[in-house]
Amino acid sequence: MPEFDLASAPLRDLNQALHAIEPGTNDLAFDIRNPRGSHAVAVGCDAPLTVNVHGSVGYYCGGMNAQAAITVRGSAGPGVAENMMSGTVIVEGDASQYAGATGRGGLLVIKGNASSRCGISMKGIDIVVAGNVGHMSAFMAQSGNLVVLGDAGEALGDSIYEAKLFVRGKVKSLGADCEEKEMRPEHVALLENLLERAGMTDARPSEFRRYGSARKLYNFSIDNVDAY
Amino acid sequence: MCGIVGLFLKDPALEPNLGALLSEMLVSMTDRGPDSAGIALYTQPVQGRAKLTLQSATPDRDFATLEDQFGEVAGGDLHVTVKDTHAVLSVASDRVEAVREAALGLDTVRVLAAGETIEIYKEVGLPREVVERFDIKRMAGTHGIGHTRMATESAVTTLGAHPFSTGADQCLVHNGSLSNHNNLRRVLKQAGMRFETENDSEVAAAYLTRSMAGGRDLGEALTAALDDLDGFFTFVVGTRNGFGVLRDPIACKPAVMAETSQYVAFGSEYRALVGLPDIDNARVWEPEPASVYFWDRSATAGKAMAA
Repeated sequence: MPEFDLASAPLRDLNQALHAIEPGTNDLAFDIRNPRGSHAVAVGCDAPLTVNVHGSVGYYCGGMNAQAAITVRGSAGPGVAENMMSGTVIVEGDASQYAGATGRGGLLVIKGNASSRCGISMKGIDIVVAGNVGHMSAFMAQSGNLVVLGDAGEALGDSIYEAKLFVRGKVKSLGADCEEKEMRPEHVALLENLLERAGMTDARPSEFRRYGSARKLYNFSIDNVDAY
Repeated sequence: MCGIVGLFLKDPALEPNLGALLSEMLVSMTDRGPDSAGIALYTQPVQGRAKLTLQSATPDRDFATLEDQFGEVAGGDLHVTVKDTHAVLSVASDRVEAVREAALGLDTVRVLAAGETIEIYKEVGLPREVVERFDIKRMAGTHGIGHTRMATESAVTTLGAHPFSTGADQCLVHNGSLSNHNNLRRVLKQAGMRFETENDSEVAAAYLTRSMAGGRDLGEALTAALDDLDGFFTFVVGTRNGFGVLRDPIACKPAVMAETSQYVAFGSEYRALVGLPDIDNARVWEPEPASVYFWDRSATAGKAMAA
């Protein structure tokens, strides 16, 4: 099992090793020690790797991830799992701004809180946050699902397209064109699956409310001018 | 971008290490700004004494004559310690204002700070160069803040470097940019505040000084700043007794804090905090937008209040 100690090994060596995985390689588990807030840890993975990061990371950890299962045993700085394509990123602590931004696929699990702009412009990623999310989360969210077991900050889902938002706690305020929606059986099933995949065993779908687009901002309409 | 750091010690046993800890924190933020760097340190007060930090681009000429020039106005009791381009003057507390006024009259000397415990060191260059130049690592103190600058709103000069001090024992570092600083500077000038630069962050410092001179404490002044300052900011503010943190409501500028039984620390990034004692067991969190945090040495515990 390859191990990288970032107290001595350059970050570039780590990321180049992660990118150099040949098809058919069996040795796919990486341990990373002493990240000490480093930026861009394990970005651009494109193989079914298991990456364990023992400590807290800085900006953009797990960015552009495809296929890999990355676990941060600490907290993550801004932009964790930004533009993820597939695979999973699990943060055992908190995540800073714009976690999962623009993500196209895969699953991002944050076991602590996420701060502002979580899931901004998400395009297919699933994000499950055990704690709270900050203001402007799911801003312009296009598709995918954001599940929040705690509370959501101001302007949740502002200018949202077709992403689905599930919040168990309080929502401080909804953004423009975001509204509460009915939880139909297919949403309960979807949420149940997301909670199970994220390992959130103490939450039941019936405890959540669903939010999504009121679809009034898709096209300009003079009747909606107050909402623009 | 800019990188900012702050360290407030609760445990006196760490006080001899303040300069070293703060230097390491600031150097770790070098990537966030290469233009200039500075540190403000608050030392243990000495009964009846106050001090001034002066800066000159021609220190050999300007500082050699300070004792003669200011001896009389200081009442014959003046100690000058020269460190590179800076000089720290120790005077009796009741003479510090007179000495400050006299120093403001010198063409090639700038007063960077005045007060009972504050000293400020700042210059153009990287954090490592600046902390070595002024031997910051050997300095003891109770709390301090630091800044490494990526210039946006004014020129890369020593005076454009942070921290900015606009009142006795007060200083401020800023990551961000203010959009209403010109108008606010006009208002503050009319109210009698004096400015050294065209820098937006100096306006924020002067705003807080003016606000506290009107009877507000630091927490109240920071709360009022949310209404009166427009733009992006994460501020760390030092006063004689403590330090405060404020982020604007949008909170694009990063901030991480850590607290243990020994200290409260602030960094633009977690990287700034990793060298602190027992950081693995610290409570680490991201300060909330539009919320005032401040810690006061005269209070038993820190305060965080939502604005």
